[in-house]
Amino acid sequence: MKEEILNADFLDIINIVRLQYGYDFTGYAQASIKRRLLRFMGHMRLSSVFELKHRLVNDQEFFSRLVQYITVNVTEMFRDPQFYRTLREQVLPKLAAYPNIKIWHAGCSTGEEVFSMAILLQEAGLLSRTKIYATDLNPANLEKAVTGILPLDNMKDFTQNYIQSGGLADFSNYYTARYDNVLIKKELREHIVFFQHNLVTDKVFNEFQLICCRNVFIYFNRELQNSVLQLFYDSLSPRGYLAMGIKETMRFADIHRKFEVVHAQHKIYRRKE
Amino acid sequence: MNNRFDVIVIGGSAGSLLVLTEILDALPHQLAPPVVIVLHRLRNVQSEMGRLLSTRRKIVEPEDKEPVREHCIYLAPQNYHLMVEAERTFMLDYSELVNYSRPSIDVTFSSIAEVYGARTLGILLSGANKDGAEGLCQIMAAGGTGLVQDPRTASFEAMPQAAIDMCPGVIPLGIEDIKKFIIGET
Repeated sequence: MKEEILNADFLDIINIVRLQYGYDFTGYAQASIKRRLLRFMGHMRLSSVFELKHRLVNDQEFFSRLVQYITVNVTEMFRDPQFYRTLREQVLPKLAAYPNIKIWHAGCSTGEEVFSMAILLQEAGLLSRTKIYATDLNPANLEKAVTGILPLDNMKDFTQNYIQSGGLADFSNYYTARYDNVLIKKELREHIVFFQHNLVTDKVFNEFQLICCRNVFIYFNRELQNSVLQLFYDSLSPRGYLAMGIKETMRFADIHRKFEVVHAQHKIYRRKE
Repeated sequence: MNNRFDVIVIGGSAGSLLVLTEILDALPHQLAPPVVIVLHRLRNVQSEMGRLLSTRRKIVEPEDKEPVREHCIYLAPQNYHLMVEAERTFMLDYSELVNYSRPSIDVTFSSIAEVYGARTLGILLSGANKDGAEGLCQIMAAGGTGLVQDPRTASFEAMPQAAIDMCPGVIPLGIEDIKKFIIGET
């Protein structure tokens, strides 16, 4: 893979996607998206950027595959166990003060981290009065997430993560295994609603006490990070929590003044009044 | 001061820890170009790698969008790919493993090659797979310089050997000579 995508071609591709299909990748971090476009070309055995553009203009199915491929859908349960431990110990006790709890999980991918959150809430005795709104821009991810089915292979790692996050239960109580897959228990899933929401183009849709958006900001450039942080600010109740990925930071965004730091290392913030 | 390179990027895997420490401890304080290190590491295990690597120099795991600064040594955080954007800020990426690795050396090398081009010095150390070889080729194709740890001196020769096989013009050196090469640039 020695080819590269010239800037002019890159902008063409972004424009076709935006104007013809309504997905706006203008504010995405270029290093990553260019690499993924090249990988997609290799995967589809395209010989040139011209061919990519040509098929993009003429073939809707091709576009769907492109979106599926260039957006990152990698996730795991209890990713960064220490973060979940902090959530468990420092945030959930505060949420317990609310009669009804609303949580937005933005960029939920195939649902693994949402199920993790549901488990934490269950263990804190809060799940029955919580609703989790889990959104992603990629419909294929959501279709998968709704099923609650995960590959059995991953459960060993996920169990380790769960234990490191301070989980004391038998992790296998939370799913039933069948052949090569597991099904996440229905009691956990019935408090989650999955639907499509694009952080770039869609707006505020509710008010939340906690927004979880982890490893999504890294794919955005600074301007877009700023505008999405504003969207989150507007979607949080006063003193509501925002959790980001542990290598993400809001210190380069002006809006950070409107948040206070709850846990610097695990990137948990709180909206000021 | 240094006038050939704007960045030094070092990749390593199995058997690279000690030689990397040696190189880092030999780096002169006045060395201007940022040093970016990519090591294959365990995932989701709390790691004190930055402190393990050098007692003499501060090593930073960059956060997303952090500017790449002169006189700094950076280590790719565990479980992320590390890239550099055109405006010379770091970008982290949590996508699929590349060459069974995240961070992948290829991903970082190739992104740095694109941004720094001929002003890149890439160094590949001991390792048991071939991650980094393609990235080193890309650094050299962009006009940069590629060094590998001489496979005869490496605990695991596969990684430097893959680069020698894949990229013509790559220079194999013993650790002392790698140190001298970098110091000679200051």
